[in-house]
Amino acid sequence: MSSAGSDTPTSHRLISAPVSFVSGADRSIRRRLFLSRVFSWICRFVTYASLAVLIVLLTAIIWSSFGRLAFDFVYSTNSSNPKNAGMLAGLWGSFWLVLFTALFSIPVGVGSAVYLEEIAKDSFFVRLIKTNLSNLAGVPSIVYGILGYTVFRSAAAVLKVWFDGQHAFNIMGLFRLRLHKLPIYEDNILVGALTLTLVVLPTVIASAQESLRSVPSSLRVASLALGATRWQTIWRQVIPAALPGISTGVILSTSRAIGEAAPLIMLGALTITTMVPGNIDSPVKLITRPMQVLHAPLDQFTAMPIEIYDWSRQTDSQFTAVAATGIIVLLIVLLSINAVAMIVRHYASRRLKW
Amino acid sequence: MMTQARPSWASRHISRRHEKLIQAALFLCAALSVLTTAAIILVLLTNAVYAPGVKTAFFERVSLWEFLTGMHWKPVDGDAGRFGIIPLLCGTLMVAVIASLVSVPAGLGAAIYMSEYAAPREREFLKPMLEILAGIPSVVYGFFALKFITPWILKPVFSLFEMNLQIFNTLSAGIVVGIMVTPLIASLSEDVIRSVPRSLREAAYALGSTRFDVSVRVVVPAALSGILAAFLLAFSRAVGETMAVTIAGGQQAIATLNPLQGAQTMTGFMVHASTGDSAADSISRMSIYAVGITLFAITLTINVISGWILRRYREVYQ
Repeated sequence: MSSAGSDTPTSHRLISAPVSFVSGADRSIRRRLFLSRVFSWICRFVTYASLAVLIVLLTAIIWSSFGRLAFDFVYSTNSSNPKNAGMLAGLWGSFWLVLFTALFSIPVGVGSAVYLEEIAKDSFFVRLIKTNLSNLAGVPSIVYGILGYTVFRSAAAVLKVWFDGQHAFNIMGLFRLRLHKLPIYEDNILVGALTLTLVVLPTVIASAQESLRSVPSSLRVASLALGATRWQTIWRQVIPAALPGISTGVILSTSRAIGEAAPLIMLGALTITTMVPGNIDSPVKLITRPMQVLHAPLDQFTAMPIEIYDWSRQTDSQFTAVAATGIIVLLIVLLSINAVAMIVRHYASRRLKW
Repeated sequence: MMTQARPSWASRHISRRHEKLIQAALFLCAALSVLTTAAIILVLLTNAVYAPGVKTAFFERVSLWEFLTGMHWKPVDGDAGRFGIIPLLCGTLMVAVIASLVSVPAGLGAAIYMSEYAAPREREFLKPMLEILAGIPSVVYGFFALKFITPWILKPVFSLFEMNLQIFNTLSAGIVVGIMVTPLIASLSEDVIRSVPRSLREAAYALGSTRFDVSVRVVVPAALSGILAAFLLAFSRAVGETMAVTIAGGQQAIATLNPLQGAQTMTGFMVHASTGDSAADSISRMSIYAVGITLFAITLTINVISGWILRRYREVYQ
């Protein structure tokens, strides 16, 4: 059963040797074995064809990127001239987005998983939550974009009026003094990150649940038997034991937010901009410009996949190379995050044995 | 000392209250997902069906009948606006059907190969590779369809038959969406195929079956409902797929079933409409919600059916 290609040769020999004079039966067996072999080749072909597609895809993208592939691509912002167009704004936009998405989705996601796996009893409401989660995972991300546009963006618009409009409330007077140098935009990073949080949350919860499920129940029982409370058991035994799996799964599912463009476009994120959130265009400024760091989450943004979308639809064919270079940067970012996740799993699981 | 007893009593008391608080907080986290669903439904309903307050919802201006049967989609404000969803449905359906034609044989073939033929080490190599294919962002596939598949593969093929292929076409969009959902079908089907009891396979082999007989006549029929659920899930994923079809499928809403032409899908329209700048309560903006609720209803229905099939299947083997 394990090795491919050898199609029950023993049975062939056993059956065909004594009855070889019956040519009809022999032909039927030969035909069946031939059919089996053809089928195995078809299945193998189909499987490896999908891998070939991956190689063709990467080759085509690298091939298309000649003409713009250079290091200054990640140092320069977008431009109407394809020779100078770069991805700096998108890189920083995606950085802030994924930072806040992780900040929102990891506590809530792991918390829900802990509740569903460790605390919840099988009640109607818990079953409702579970069914609901599996259905939410299938909701197209663009629908979350509509939700984000209608709820989060409107909320940001209200805040904007509070902070820099004429109708500022008295209670807000204190904040207005401090914040009047920090303009709030309706389509800001936080709105984008909240929307992306809703997009990735079902997968974050599912992967955390899976890691919690793989913790042996003897650990819980032993801890409870020694007099620990339920929360002490969860916090000191179950979560540390599940941590390698949780962190890998959570990193991988949160990183999917980097490739999401549709919900952000629905929010009205900028497609053509040279502006970097908070004007922080180098990692050094994260430390040297604290006021700008404060400003960044409330600033407008673009993101890597949005810029790629915009370059792909340009009629000027020179932008093809720009889009392809952008894709290479995006894929490198995603690949490095995957690598980090693998390293985390490797190091975190070294201490654990059972 | 009398304080000896008190801290332990107090700490236990606090700890119990703590415990309750923490559990309540965790419950709120989990309940957030229900809130999300409620918010999605509420937002879609209050903008598409009935709007309380000063706004006018989409279906208060355009009749449901006109929306569902109209053959023209021209979402502009004023008298020239036509809001029939048939063209968008045609585009979406074409992409999803082409995607299924690509992904069902590929995904099922890969699942059978990985579970029945591949050696464990080969399988360990194949599975992550397919996951990489699934992890590539949708915009990348859109670019691949528009800049590679259409000009370098489809164009030469169709020019042999002297057929006119547009730059934006549903065929290339459907093909890349098919590639995107293939790993989904492969991994879901492989799971159900592997959960078919080993005894069934052994019995079939003992009766002199070839590997083909075992795969196609025993294992696949036994796992059929699970495989069907995987197909449905992949179909709904293809219906909701956005960036690839927006880039490769073009922006013309035409009621056509010709895959060589461009056709706007429901998702493509939503992206296109939100990049334009129309007033917040104009009918062209509100049409996004009407299309959104249609998309949500279609994908949710398919997902629920798929989940129902999968649950029934699981019960059979436990």
